[in-house]
Amino acid sequence: MTDLSYVRTEMLPERDPPISTSGVIGWIRANLFDGISNSVLTIASLAFIYWVLSHFIPWFWSPTWNGSSLGNCREMIGAAGKEGGACWGVINERWPQILFGFYPEELRWRPILAFVLMFVALIPILFNMISRRWNWFLLALVLFAAVSFVGSGVIAVLVQIVLAVTMAYVGWQIVTTKGADRADQIKAGAKRLPNPLLFSAAFVFIMPWLLWGGTIWTPLAAAFGFGVGWGAFRLVSPKFGDLAGLILGVVTTFVWWLVLTGPVASGLNGVLPVGLEPVQSRNFGGLLLSVTIGVVAISVSLPLGIVLALGRQSDLMLVKWMSVGFIEFIRGVPLITLLFVASFLLNVFMPPGTNFDIILRVIIMATLFSAAYIAEVVRGGLAALPKGQYEAADALGLDYWKAQRLIIMPQALKISIPGIVSTFIGLFKDTTLVSIIGLLDPIGLSNSIRADTAWNGVVWELYGFIAFLFFILTFSMSRYSMYLERRLRTDHR
Amino acid sequence: MTALTDPQKESFRLSMLLNDSRYRSITIQIVTLIAFLTLIGWLLNNTAQNLADLGKEPSFRFLTQPSGYDINQRLLEYTSQDTNLRAAFLGLLNTLIVAIMGCIAATVVGVIVGVLRLSNNWIVARLMTFYVEIFRNVPVLLWIVFTMAILIESLPAPNKFRGDTPEASMLLGDSVALTNRGFYVPEPLFSRSLGDLDVLGDASLRFGISLDLVAIVATLLAGVLLAGLFAKRANRIQAATGVRPKTWHWRLGVIVLPTAALLAYLGLHWGHPELRGFNFQGGTYMRNSLIALWLALSLYTAAFIAEIVRAGILAISKGQTEAAAALGLRSRRIMSLVVLPQALRVIVPPLISQYLNLTKNSSLAIAVGYMDITGTLMGITLNQTGRELETVLMTMLIYLTISLVISGAMNIYNNSVKLQER
Amino acid sequence: MKRTVILGALTAAGFAAGAASAATLDDVKARGTLNCGVATGVPGFAAPDSSGEWAGFDVAVCRAVAAATLGDPSAVEFVPTTGKTRFTALASGEVDMLARNTTWTFSRDVDLKFEFVGVNYYDGQGFMVPKELGVSSAKELDGATVCIQTGTTTELNLADYFRVNGMSYEPVPIETNAEAQQQYLAGACDVYTTDASGLAATRATFEVPTDHAILPEIISKEPLGPLVRHGDNEWGDIVRWTLNALIAAEEYGVTSANIDEMLGGTDNPEINRLLGTEGNLGEMFGLESDWAVHAIKVGGNYGEIFARHIGEDTPIGLARGLNAQYRDGGILYAPPFR
Repeated sequence: MTDLSYVRTEMLPERDPPISTSGVIGWIRANLFDGISNSVLTIASLAFIYWVLSHFIPWFWSPTWNGSSLGNCREMIGAAGKEGGACWGVINERWPQILFGFYPEELRWRPILAFVLMFVALIPILFNMISRRWNWFLLALVLFAAVSFVGSGVIAVLVQIVLAVTMAYVGWQIVTTKGADRADQIKAGAKRLPNPLLFSAAFVFIMPWLLWGGTIWTPLAAAFGFGVGWGAFRLVSPKFGDLAGLILGVVTTFVWWLVLTGPVASGLNGVLPVGLEPVQSRNFGGLLLSVTIGVVAISVSLPLGIVLALGRQSDLMLVKWMSVGFIEFIRGVPLITLLFVASFLLNVFMPPGTNFDIILRVIIMATLFSAAYIAEVVRGGLAALPKGQYEAADALGLDYWKAQRLIIMPQALKISIPGIVSTFIGLFKDTTLVSIIGLLDPIGLSNSIRADTAWNGVVWELYGFIAFLFFILTFSMSRYSMYLERRLRTDHR
Repeated sequence: MTALTDPQKESFRLSMLLNDSRYRSITIQIVTLIAFLTLIGWLLNNTAQNLADLGKEPSFRFLTQPSGYDINQRLLEYTSQDTNLRAAFLGLLNTLIVAIMGCIAATVVGVIVGVLRLSNNWIVARLMTFYVEIFRNVPVLLWIVFTMAILIESLPAPNKFRGDTPEASMLLGDSVALTNRGFYVPEPLFSRSLGDLDVLGDASLRFGISLDLVAIVATLLAGVLLAGLFAKRANRIQAATGVRPKTWHWRLGVIVLPTAALLAYLGLHWGHPELRGFNFQGGTYMRNSLIALWLALSLYTAAFIAEIVRAGILAISKGQTEAAAALGLRSRRIMSLVVLPQALRVIVPPLISQYLNLTKNSSLAIAVGYMDITGTLMGITLNQTGRELETVLMTMLIYLTISLVISGAMNIYNNSVKLQER
Repeated sequence: MKRTVILGALTAAGFAAGAASAATLDDVKARGTLNCGVATGVPGFAAPDSSGEWAGFDVAVCRAVAAATLGDPSAVEFVPTTGKTRFTALASGEVDMLARNTTWTFSRDVDLKFEFVGVNYYDGQGFMVPKELGVSSAKELDGATVCIQTGTTTELNLADYFRVNGMSYEPVPIETNAEAQQQYLAGACDVYTTDASGLAATRATFEVPTDHAILPEIISKEPLGPLVRHGDNEWGDIVRWTLNALIAAEEYGVTSANIDEMLGGTDNPEINRLLGTEGNLGEMFGLESDWAVHAIKVGGNYGEIFARHIGEDTPIGLARGLNAQYRDGGILYAPPFR
């Protein structure tokens, strides 16, 4: 044991790995040519990519942006000495139409503003990562930009000044206080800015008003419906219990909406006419139509879906069966049949004489459609909650509604957000089906554009442009949803 | 601390209907039922009144009237003099064909792509990610239209096959023609055919069953059963002696030989497509509308299935594979005995809901002129008879039935593989 | 809580009041606009331009009716409809009239309960084939693949024609003209069949129109015209006589150029009655006396409209043919204004 002849006592100097396993070559060997089958796959993929690009790029790179008709494009391509190529003139001439449809040109700031504001309104719901001050600052910024873009006259200048001052003040506050200090201040009871969710709630009424226009009193009166319902609830519930209060609250709200909103709004408008120029929904078209149908349907279907999900989990046999029946029916039929119902039958189901236009009918059916899917997503969220949460709520003596409102729903909805976003993506893509019933969404419009003798025969450019638009929107939403999923997952582990 | 006492015999008060949890649920249900029935009644009443105003009583008589239009892809004999019901029936069959073909293709492509996305080949993995993202994020309607456009623009028209120096030629020894009208492949013909068994006589839903096909399937099934017996015997011997006898040639033999004998008896020969007149004649013809719809639906759905498969494989913790390896299992057996059974449990429920989506999306067939149930019953029949209510409701019911059958199958499967939890 | 979006939307957009049987003229006047159903896009007949303005031969009828009833040719809301949705849109009161190349047939008139007020284009179903096929008659089309535009009477006519002539064919039903055109050009079908006007319009936009021939056989009668609902005869009269006024104006030589001059009075009492300078025709159906003047001023008389949208100087390049005045060998024959 002792007569070891040789033991090295110092470390050898490290040597670089062989050139074949490091650097670019190493990476290529490890990732592309690692074994025979992998090499074959790599070469096949490269060949495929080359084949696609060699066809696509010459077609895509075509000097026809200013073409005035398909024939004109062909001349331009011929003049450039090419075999064939895209005719981009159609996109140059028609892209505003593909985006906005027949929405009056001078009013197009309204949908743009509505969708920018939507992001501001969604921030506190979906991101929940920037401070209240930032949120309000952003809102003031957007409004300021909007006013300076469309407004003119004394009032606009005044509004601008107010907004600018607000921005300056809030911005100064943001700059001067550190995040940590602010947290301490809040803990110490400093006064905070109001919760930006207030704006999110108000936005539900602002958006239709911006899109469809009309008097400001209509959304105000509709919003007041909640006040009426809440008042009824507060009045009744101490005497007859929560449930009776709830039912009565809901009933009075609906009565308010269905019977009184119209007269009250028109009365108030008679006294003080304030409003935007109304835009008929049949002027909606193109991507604006798709987005409107998607956004309105998904936001209306959210409460409906929650109610359905609760119904499906309910102990009450009848309620459960009705919810299951509705959900399974809607999920069992293709959307196109529901759109046919919207187009052919919805008016038949309504009292004689009512006749609201096809886009609202489509929105109604799309809402019912997505409500069934949202219900399943929410049900998944409810099922993912540990049983302990329900039991703990019971143990605290909370009744059903209180437990749902305070314990179950906040958690279940949070888990469901990625699912809701995916549902929205699916619905948004499915809005293209409305072209089959004659609505002029981007695909429907592409047919109308080709009915113009100048563009008869243009296919790939239009479809490609539409596909590109959809891809950009849905891809970013799905990325966002994945990010959200990851974030929520870390929260729970 | 508290003595157990008999509950007080309360007299029933009206407010107990709301406040007493014993009665409350009944109250709620009755109120809901009344509200629901009122709603239904209201809708029915409106419908009846509106239809009366329009002068259209609901009636299904149009189903027995001649349809007047032709259907290109017909699995059963049909002429424009047949009834609308038969047209709808053929449409339904077309829906089922494309749905079944689509589900199979989507599964195959989806599994391959899902596995390749996990490949350590950088470029393949990126390519597959690109495929998945681009297909998932563009509406399926656009994909269907695209695929159709690619098919008709890139493949040669039948008259390109004509002439002394044709621009296009048939493949595989003049037996397969790929044209932009569709694919023509040889069809099996039987010179001593057993004929068809006609079912339902003259009714609109009549159909014929090819006895040749029945005989072949029966022979194949019997062969498979026999082969199973051989395998069982081999298992028994292996269990008793530890040596597994070689049986694969026996098993193969009992499947192949009787089938081959039957085919020879029936006089199997192939009918090759041939260019005659405007089109290829003979052979089996897969129309471009079917191919486009099938490809687009399966590629679109495969992108979703790939994600499901990937998630399923990733969901199996590495420890499982390592544990199986520690037990001495070989890698193929690890896959088949340990990873796949567990991954399938995660994969199958969303997979079936993708099948459901594919089936429902097949209703977009009208975009390429494929005559499925939406194109016949809810398409031309609706348009020519003006019976919106009846046709749309019938179509919805048919789709609902298909969906319920699929999801019923899913529930049965789910229950059979469910983890037995506490 | 977001449920109110729909209500806000509903009230904002307004329940477009449309009682199916009430007086349509009153509705139109109260609304201030005419709701006119048009096709989602047929070259020359109805298509929106880049600024969203609809134009075309069918659209011109809508504008003329709007001008006659409301005095304003731009007071029209165009409702795009497909072959399937058009009848429901009309029956449910969503549109006041339909001006969408719709064939006047017995069952549509009687069973579907519509009133065709006249014919603005006499058409017939024809076939177009590439010249290289060497086909000169539709009787030689046995075994051909035929592209058909669905949602029309076309598929029924085609089925009848081939059945009667004992020929087989392979129907390829297609939703829109644009896609049918693509399939036809790529050779995915041998023949394209639709109304002859549509064929000519489609052929005109091809890269080499002369490579394609329209076969001589016209296999059906397709009188295309505007239609309204059954049961409101006054409204039907207005649309009918607006169309007749356009046709009569051509017959009497009243054009958008000389109409102001003719308003000063002419020695033709028929023209004077048409233009409302004599008699009280307008009053009889509740319009201004110069209703026809408004209608004609929009786009001129029938001949001018035809020439502007689909005539021989346009890319569509249709000859008048049957659609000429009866004096010129056509069958346009407006009843007398008396």
